[in-house]
Amino acid sequence: MMSMSTAARRYAIPRTVGSHKARQVVNGFMTAVCGAAVALALVPLLSLLWLVVSKGAHALSLAFFTQLPAPVGETGGGVGNAIVGTLYMVGLASLIGLPLGVGAGVFLAERGDGKLGAAIRFTAEVLAGVPSIVIGLVAYGLIVVPMRHFSALAGAVALAILMIPTLARATEEMIRLVPRSLREASLALGVPGWRTSVSVVLRTALGGLINAALLAIARAAGETAPLLFTALNNQYWNVKPLQPTASLTVQIYNYAISPYAEWHEKAWGAALCLLLLIGLLSLIAKVAVRNRVTT
Amino acid sequence: MNKLEVDKLDAWFGETRAVKSISLAVPPCSVTAIIGPSGCGKSTFVRCLNRMHELTPSARSEGRVLLDGEDVYAVDPVYLRRRVGMVFQRPNVFPTMSISDNVLSGLRLNRVRADYEAILERTLTQTALWDEVKDRLEGSAVGLSGGQQQRLCIARALAVEPEVLLMDEPASALDPIATAKIEELIDELKQQYTIVIVTHNMQQAIRISDYTAFFYLGELVEHGATEQVFTRPAKRETEDYVTGKFG
Repeated sequence: MMSMSTAARRYAIPRTVGSHKARQVVNGFMTAVCGAAVALALVPLLSLLWLVVSKGAHALSLAFFTQLPAPVGETGGGVGNAIVGTLYMVGLASLIGLPLGVGAGVFLAERGDGKLGAAIRFTAEVLAGVPSIVIGLVAYGLIVVPMRHFSALAGAVALAILMIPTLARATEEMIRLVPRSLREASLALGVPGWRTSVSVVLRTALGGLINAALLAIARAAGETAPLLFTALNNQYWNVKPLQPTASLTVQIYNYAISPYAEWHEKAWGAALCLLLLIGLLSLIAKVAVRNRVTT
Repeated sequence: MNKLEVDKLDAWFGETRAVKSISLAVPPCSVTAIIGPSGCGKSTFVRCLNRMHELTPSARSEGRVLLDGEDVYAVDPVYLRRRVGMVFQRPNVFPTMSISDNVLSGLRLNRVRADYEAILERTLTQTALWDEVKDRLEGSAVGLSGGQQQRLCIARALAVEPEVLLMDEPASALDPIATAKIEELIDELKQQYTIVIVTHNMQQAIRISDYTAFFYLGELVEHGATEQVFTRPAKRETEDYVTGKFG
């Protein structure tokens, strides 16, 4: 009788495989494997960062941030106009792309269960996979050709098109992460559907939304191809939307493919500059989110 | 006159008929407990009373629900839900809001002007939460314990001053002490409110309710005064269920 019941229990609760010692060894091994994978992933990342910092650091100076590019052969000069141009075009692109991308994401999350939603989602996925240079071509055909002028506006539109699909999908994911019970709690209080969406659901998803927006902005700031034949470049200061505009990425590209060692150095400096800019942007947004959430 | 009158109510999820032709009347200022085994349509039934059921995709309902003699399917659900409040099985406080903002959320989100301070103190006192949270009203609501969060959800529902309060197993996720506090609260609330409570706990139904409705497989088997349903049930299924022979 007794042996039968222990036999039955053996079937009911399978014993863990191996001895305690063996499991400890396996556990240690798997932890090491995971650690190695992390280290492996960090190697290219950190080496890239180190390369940019070590090669670009000595190009940085106050003049580098504030002055116009110097002609070949002259020392000094900076990328001030490119910094302003990048900020300007990314800002303009965000003005166009953020509302459209977030709006599309909200639509997908709230009303996207039907065929229209599936079609939009599919389009967004395809659009996200389109090479950025093709998007540059679209903006070229859409704006540069009819206006017969390279412009900051064309660059911003190209960047905005680039931002929209990923932003829409990320927004949808963030909103779907908000528990259904919160929406129900709000509706059960007699709060209308649209206000529930805005004041409860979007507000709960805000942290994630800001992160998604930041990723999109950072990605846009790092793009070169869509700007090459839309905003082109400019050796001078420009904040007029219909004029060609300099950007850090195109400036890096131009400096890097030049035969001059001096310009190569400036390319590294501009690259570091871009990294700092994006880092700073992320930091500001993170702090802003934290203050928002805790108060 | 009855506060709520349900007439031949059917509710579906797609092809599944979860509530089958239920008719039930709820007198004002009373507690009606809905008991029955899992999946018998209790929750679906109460969710039809404030039209939360129809928010589920593919869900629909038929039949009539009268609130003070007025068909609830003929009025705007937003206004209906201000009169028929709801407390859910799991506490669902708004995580981005402070304790006081949670309580006042129904008023604030609806742009209702009122004496917020007074309502805050009144509802939190009613839910026996005032002394526990009065020093951290601006703190996060997520920091509260499960039982406190559930009482906060009740306070939130009371702040909009509904006439009917629907409670869907409000104590099922709570420990016995928190449960006792909620039961005490329900006993007090029935002076002012009409309460319909879904519960799995038959002892709880006996302790707090005036009327009990026994649901089984989507049908209303028996409905009557709680004492009668538990001591002299008219139907065999009811007797088997309340004596623990199944369920």
